[in-house]
Amino acid sequence: MFERKSGIILIAGIGFFALAFLSNAVVPVLMYRHLPEQTAEQLVNGNLRYQFEDLAQRFPQAFETAYGQPPADPEKAGRWYDEHCASALKLGHQIYVGEGCWHCHSQFVRPVSNEDRRWGPVSKSWEYQNELQRPVMFGTRRVGPDLSREGGRRSSDWHAVHFFEPEALSQKSPMPRYPWLFDGSPDKPNIRGLALITYIQWLGSWHETYPYYEDYTAVPIKTAAAAE
Amino acid sequence: MQAATDVMTAEHSFPRQEQLVEERLVLWYFVAALTFMTVSMLAGILMGLQLLRHNPLPPIEVLSPGRWRMIHTNAIAYGFLANAFLGIMHWVVPRLTLRPVFSRPLSYLIFFAWQFVVLATAVGLMFGQAQGLEWGETPVWIDPVAQLGLLLVAINFGTPILQTRGPMYVTLWYYLAALVWTFLTYAMGNFVPEYFVCGSSAGAVGGLFIHDLVGLFVTPLGWGMMYYFVPILLKRPIWSHGLSLVGFWGLAFFYPLQGIHHFLYTPIPMFLQYGAVLSTIALELVVVTVIINFIGTLYGTGGACLTNLPLRYFYTGILFYFLTCLQCALQVTMTFQALIHFTDWVVGHAHMVMFGVFSLWQLGVMTYLIPRILKTEWYNPAWCEWHYWASAGGLLVMAGDLILGGLFQGWSWAALHPWETSIHLSIPFWSVRIVAGLVMFAAQLLFIVHFYLTWRKSLQTAPAVVPAAGLATA
Ligand code: HEC
Repeated sequence: MFERKSGIILIAGIGFFALAFLSNAVVPVLMYRHLPEQTAEQLVNGNLRYQFEDLAQRFPQAFETAYGQPPADPEKAGRWYDEHCASALKLGHQIYVGEGCWHCHSQFVRPVSNEDRRWGPVSKSWEYQNELQRPVMFGTRRVGPDLSREGGRRSSDWHAVHFFEPEALSQKSPMPRYPWLFDGSPDKPNIRGLALITYIQWLGSWHETYPYYEDYTAVPIKTAAAAE
Repeated sequence: MQAATDVMTAEHSFPRQEQLVEERLVLWYFVAALTFMTVSMLAGILMGLQLLRHNPLPPIEVLSPGRWRMIHTNAIAYGFLANAFLGIMHWVVPRLTLRPVFSRPLSYLIFFAWQFVVLATAVGLMFGQAQGLEWGETPVWIDPVAQLGLLLVAINFGTPILQTRGPMYVTLWYYLAALVWTFLTYAMGNFVPEYFVCGSSAGAVGGLFIHDLVGLFVTPLGWGMMYYFVPILLKRPIWSHGLSLVGFWGLAFFYPLQGIHHFLYTPIPMFLQYGAVLSTIALELVVVTVIINFIGTLYGTGGACLTNLPLRYFYTGILFYFLTCLQCALQVTMTFQALIHFTDWVVGHAHMVMFGVFSLWQLGVMTYLIPRILKTEWYNPAWCEWHYWASAGGLLVMAGDLILGGLFQGWSWAALHPWETSIHLSIPFWSVRIVAGLVMFAAQLLFIVHFYLTWRKSLQTAPAVVPAAGLATA
């Protein structure tokens, strides 16, 4: 059996592979079957809507070029914002994936290494049950900081300038520049720039005490220990 | 070659090399592999320079460093490793089974289809169409083509293997299993987390994919190759057949169970994480048996590693394999993970596996096969030595440097230093890394030039010349 073709194909090739798939993939799938997968439309929450409308205020021209004018009727305008916000989320996610941001930034806060002090609450499964985590954006390398609690931590124009020229805000930052998300200058983000900022502002916006990041100041280790 | 002929003389008739091996295709695969190696290394250097803020290229969309980082990994996995493996299998499988592959035209079709897949992947990535899965960034529209290609590969090589009668040699166990596994792994990783599941479950499948790609595609093809070439170069059989069995079945059982260890401390259920940790540690024991088997095979003739260059490549790879696996067993523990996950430690580890083990093995096989196929000596054997030392030495420095740098990054984060501190302290490590990378790159360029000069020389030599013994017996 151990040196026969059938043994190798059926037991090793298919059998062991299937065993691993069942135990390592099907088990978590079954465990989370009660957590429904949310669509981008369902992900638009108050915090995010605030940020999205804020983009319209900060970059009125860019916003209008990208999305046009909202309807005059306030109720319709509300729906109009929601729809565009959801499509911006999807496009922003696509850019986040396509630019490989996830190879330099993670999206999960671990329960170790003081990460909850730096970024906020440890990540939970329900936070990932949505179509923008398909495939999941956990990430495996942090050149830059974790982004799962980034939303609301910085203003949208901070992000605009940062994407245009990271070194302008963060001295000696190794993060690449993304001028193609803009029409020439940081105050003119194009539809992709707006979408990416929306996506970044969404991260963590589902938490009640959002943003967590806001009052973070670098704590020397001794002060941190004394505060315990 | 010698061992094979000894066995074969016993039979009355056996096919000739020309009937079995499409030698031209082997060379073509090597050319393709080395071309993508160049692309991949350029991309790696670009990202390395970006981290040091010395990216020489203008900030335009198609040159986005994040995109080129994905080209770096994909070109090495699918462009270099896969192409080199396919070329080597075109040599090994027919010679072991004494049957040609299923169909020669199909072989050529696969060759071109695969180059299309790799090129299209690179172009797709350049235009921002990546899929959000590490090592599986291949744009979604290419996935079905690649899947079909893998099916054809399985048919083409599976047929001669399945036609053999009687007991199969170790290499064929690994190859046969790898043909099935690669197909299944690719399907699982590229379709399930994209279309069927999201969130933590997608993470679990993604972890399985990253891991199986190394463990069920690259590793079995690599070890299959070692079980074939090492006994031939040493002109003696593998030390212990029993250990070969333990190695194969241990790998087959434990390797696929470990995927989740790439995502420890995530929201994936903890008991699954522990399961992955345990099976990883179990696999290290299996790996030790394989290493012992190869040390046993070498026993008493270790000096050959000094004079026989391909053999030296193989055993250097085996040494690095032992080191990476030892590293696995340590870094997979939760204690280590807290410190080193997300750091350059992991990047160092990945380079040690992908370059230090598998690429060195393949470069060793190329060093061995190219003069045999071209029927002439290397243009200048001393250059092969340079190639070896710069590749292996560069890798040793790069991996050691990144592994060490990763520790400092981890400590800096845990100490809640401002983020920039971890960047500043990485600069010396990143600088050493780029130097090591340039040395490795120069080595491959030398090899490519050398390959070209040797090929040109072979065209000038009269075809009647007997195959040169080459470096192997020098
Ligand atoms: C080469 C790795 C790299 C890539 C690729 C990269 N970043 Fe960064 N990023 C960094 C580093 C390093 C920092 C920290 C320094 C700074 O603020 O610029 C950072 C900082 C950030 C911050 C600010 C975090 C904070 O609040 O301090 C955001 C937001 C961000 N990146 C988003 C992105 C997005 C979106 C992309 C993809 C378009 C991206 N990054 C691509 C390395 C990278």
